[in-house]
Amino acid sequence: MKSAILVFPGSNREGDVAQAIELVTGRRPQMVWHGDGDFEKVDLIVVPGGFSYGDYLRCGAMAAQSPVMAEVKKRAAQGVPVLGICNGFQIVTEAGLLPGTLMRNSHLKFVCADVHLKVETSQSLFTNRYQAGQVIKVPVAHAEGNYFADADTMKKLEDRGQIAFRYCAPDGTVDGRGNPNGSSSNIAGVFNETKTVLGLMPHPENAVEPMFGGTDGRGLFEGMVEALS
Amino acid sequence: MKARVHVTLKNGVLDPQGKAIGHSLNRLGFPEVGDVRQGKFIELELAETDKAKAKARLEDMCKKLLANTVIENYSIELVG
Amino acid sequence: MTVAQEKNPPVKLPNEPAITPQIVAEHGLAPDEYQRLLKIMGRDPTMVELGIFSAMWSEHCSYKSSKVWLKKLPTKAPWVIQGPGENAGVIDIGDGQAAIFKMESHNHPSYIEPYQGAATGVGGILRDVFTMGARPVANLNALRFGDPKNARTRHLVSGVVAGIAGYGNCMGIPTVGGETNFHPAYNGNILVNAMTVGVASTDKIFYAAAAGVGNPMVYVGSKTGRDGIHGATMSSTEFNEDSESKRPTVQVGDPFVEKLLLEACLELMATDAIIAIQDMGAAGLTSSSFEMAAKGGLGLVMELDKVPMRETGMNPYELMLSESQERMLMVLKPGREEEARKIFEKWELDFAVIGHLTDTERMVLTWHGDVVGNIPIPPLVTEAPMYERPWKLTPLPAELDAAKVPAPADWKASLLTLMSSPDLASKAWIWHQYDHLIMGNTAIRPQGGDAALVRVPGASKEAGHKGAGHKGLAMTSDCTPRYVQAHPETGGRQAVAEAWRNITAVGARPLAVTDNMNFGNPQKPEIMGQFAGAIMGMAEACTALDFPVVSGNVSLYNETEGRPILPTPTIGAVGVIDDIATSAGSRLVKDGLALVLVGDTKGWLGQSIYLRELHGREEGAPPPVDLAVERRNGDFVRGQIVGRKVAACHDLSDGGLLVALAEMCLSGSMGATIKLPQGAIAPHAYLYGEDQGRYLIAADDGGALVEAAQKAGVPAVLLGYSGGSDITVEGLLSVPLQELRDAHEAWLPSYMNSAA
Repeated sequence: MKSAILVFPGSNREGDVAQAIELVTGRRPQMVWHGDGDFEKVDLIVVPGGFSYGDYLRCGAMAAQSPVMAEVKKRAAQGVPVLGICNGFQIVTEAGLLPGTLMRNSHLKFVCADVHLKVETSQSLFTNRYQAGQVIKVPVAHAEGNYFADADTMKKLEDRGQIAFRYCAPDGTVDGRGNPNGSSSNIAGVFNETKTVLGLMPHPENAVEPMFGGTDGRGLFEGMVEALS
Repeated sequence: MKARVHVTLKNGVLDPQGKAIGHSLNRLGFPEVGDVRQGKFIELELAETDKAKAKARLEDMCKKLLANTVIENYSIELVG
Repeated sequence: MTVAQEKNPPVKLPNEPAITPQIVAEHGLAPDEYQRLLKIMGRDPTMVELGIFSAMWSEHCSYKSSKVWLKKLPTKAPWVIQGPGENAGVIDIGDGQAAIFKMESHNHPSYIEPYQGAATGVGGILRDVFTMGARPVANLNALRFGDPKNARTRHLVSGVVAGIAGYGNCMGIPTVGGETNFHPAYNGNILVNAMTVGVASTDKIFYAAAAGVGNPMVYVGSKTGRDGIHGATMSSTEFNEDSESKRPTVQVGDPFVEKLLLEACLELMATDAIIAIQDMGAAGLTSSSFEMAAKGGLGLVMELDKVPMRETGMNPYELMLSESQERMLMVLKPGREEEARKIFEKWELDFAVIGHLTDTERMVLTWHGDVVGNIPIPPLVTEAPMYERPWKLTPLPAELDAAKVPAPADWKASLLTLMSSPDLASKAWIWHQYDHLIMGNTAIRPQGGDAALVRVPGASKEAGHKGAGHKGLAMTSDCTPRYVQAHPETGGRQAVAEAWRNITAVGARPLAVTDNMNFGNPQKPEIMGQFAGAIMGMAEACTALDFPVVSGNVSLYNETEGRPILPTPTIGAVGVIDDIATSAGSRLVKDGLALVLVGDTKGWLGQSIYLRELHGREEGAPPPVDLAVERRNGDFVRGQIVGRKVAACHDLSDGGLLVALAEMCLSGSMGATIKLPQGAIAPHAYLYGEDQGRYLIAADDGGALVEAAQKAGVPAVLLGYSGGSDITVEGLLSVPLQELRDAHEAWLPSYMNSAA
């Protein structure tokens, strides 16, 4: 699997996701600078976490307008898989690749903690290593992860199975207790209609090694390798 | 010409910051404060003299970057 | 004095006021200090020159009250590459790698504007570390706030924590550890001490000493505004009622720009274009340029009109004294300017050649071609005021007889009270706001062990690391101010010993220390005596434990209207472990583990948390620290941990044995039952006493551990086993873990959420 990781001024988890991909594939991903609208053909494009452009104005808003994102939109339209994590999720929603938006956490504070996620479907190139209904433990680290979409959009997401992950309690119950940010319907990650674009707030890339946060996030990367190699 | 853009959350979109401001004001002895909504104020200097053209360009700026129309409204005011 | 004669006396700027005694006083220079200035200059200074002297001779930059004492600290060891005097300390951690670290205070600014004060504190310490060529790998912080009942405390906690989070999270550096205390003595002067640890190659460390006459001096980073003018002078004077009105002088941080600056600097450092580099911290361009020239034995010419400016109408005085953040000064090799410029422009940062080095040993400042300042450099350093201020040691209070301290009326309530008291309650509300996981290297998280443990990037086997596994850096920050207040020598000794113990308790080898000395007004003999006493205790402990001080910072005048803070010599420490797989955390996660208490228990209740929280008394002598015992016990425990005989380990500190056990149970969600040994001292002294040099260890084979301890001459006793969902001390108390958790975890969030 050949992958590219976008780097914007203020990105800061590009190294984490590169490390995770390299661990699983044995292959170092290509880092692509935000001004570079013309990068090599790859099997997967990752928009990493961080504070692109300082998160000024709105998280992800300025990065979404960069030359590299114009190219990403083109390739996504051709079916090239795109994974947006945290700030990357904010960027791809701002770029219109995914519906909805990420608002300020309901408690108004940054939150870094392990959370439990319920995998909603195994029917995607990102989640094929998990079982539907499986509960995994991965961390979040954000101040704006409160997913919001209007009622029509929410209904469409539910009807079309576009919800990838929901925050839940350790036993898989989806309710307010497991929700770290006030997200609508406990949404932690969503797909586009064709399930070739995934955006999620949690950081599976920080849960790939037993001594450094556990291995529950590893399945996401292994699943992609299986689907894309 | 100078332009002022106000960006606010659409009605119905939860505004946790506005809520927190309201709570604090109540706590500080302003019980008359009810619903509070907060937003952004952006002042821009434009090299443009035609008001209509300026307005059209600003609309574009708002849609492209300054506001997220999924959750936000904007209003444009031209000054001088 | 071998200084070139002044060829170009400076011109006065339009509207420049005449120097009056009042202006001199406003610059914080004592009359005799001004006389020294006149002798050095041989004429009246200009305003900008006066400003430079004022900044360089401030307590903050000159250490004039503390230097004679700081010299008594041990600073050398075979693994020390750079001790105090540079931007940060540097130690060898093997495999061609160095750890670079320092702790620094931002106390006064954080009291005035908590968010920005704390944020720029983090920004400043990060710059100190990456200036030397290191990529920061972890942040820690030590915070002391006033009484929770004080009207301002909640606002300060909220702002400081958000400021630290806002800056560190955006920079992408994990904040992995720290400590937070509350005490009324900090009501008017909170302490915000921030520490950064970075990693560099031992052959790629950058220093401040300038070299090469004619070489360009380059300014990079943010533009200069009017932020923090007089900041360095401000942080060296006592507070009074009108300090609330000093708000505009506090600097504003931009972590986004600092992140760009970090990446740009590291990119340029990968080339060989840089000769010297220095960040602009307190006293901005003044101290950075001065230090570079002074350390290199050179002079310089700076064309101040070339400094990138954020505001219009700025003058040389403001440019030299501005404390705008996110700026660096470098000396480049000749001809490398364009290469460097390209890197900084790629990262959208300012880049300007603002001067060059000379052989005159003078600092010459020009403004649109006119000389506006001309100062001889060496005498400003050698003739700087240095005080051996009168000092009076605090006498050792009488030992408190444990028999004179009542046992708790209700044992269960006593544990609940302690675990929900401000100092012992869970600080999860704070550290969940810090990204402590970014970089993917955090092996021991907050509340997961006595020290944070972070994998050293690039230390894989391929990179030459000898061990089979992941090399790790352990780090901690410690001080028990109430001990220092009671007896500074004991308290200084204890702060160092506890830091050493915490590094040991995760299985790492303690290597070196950074100290952040927070004290009151040094012109009072009792305060200077606290400082002297603490240094004596620290020096003794650092020597006995082979734990040298490699960097540090002094913050004096922490007083409001004559009321000083508790003396707080915060110790930041770093250690190394060859294989993280052999480390130990403090979480009790398995049942049936033997619980073994290592170290001698006499039941020391003087200055204990039990005495303060349950009986409202702050009395007696603090627990003594026997450094030989400390070392013997610690070396034994570390050997057992890396020998994989230990499942979990926790040192005994605030609250003693029972609090340590409760913390292990809560963090691992596992109950435990213990029994006091036969013939033990009074139960409350045994369970809540704060005797030093002790550890509580959970092990699969308790018998073997006790036996090994006996062989090593270390006291050890089997107290009980893990299991169940209660904490039980046979015959005394039994508390359901959930009830204890509710009390422990609820205090801080409910305090923060309650109305002011």
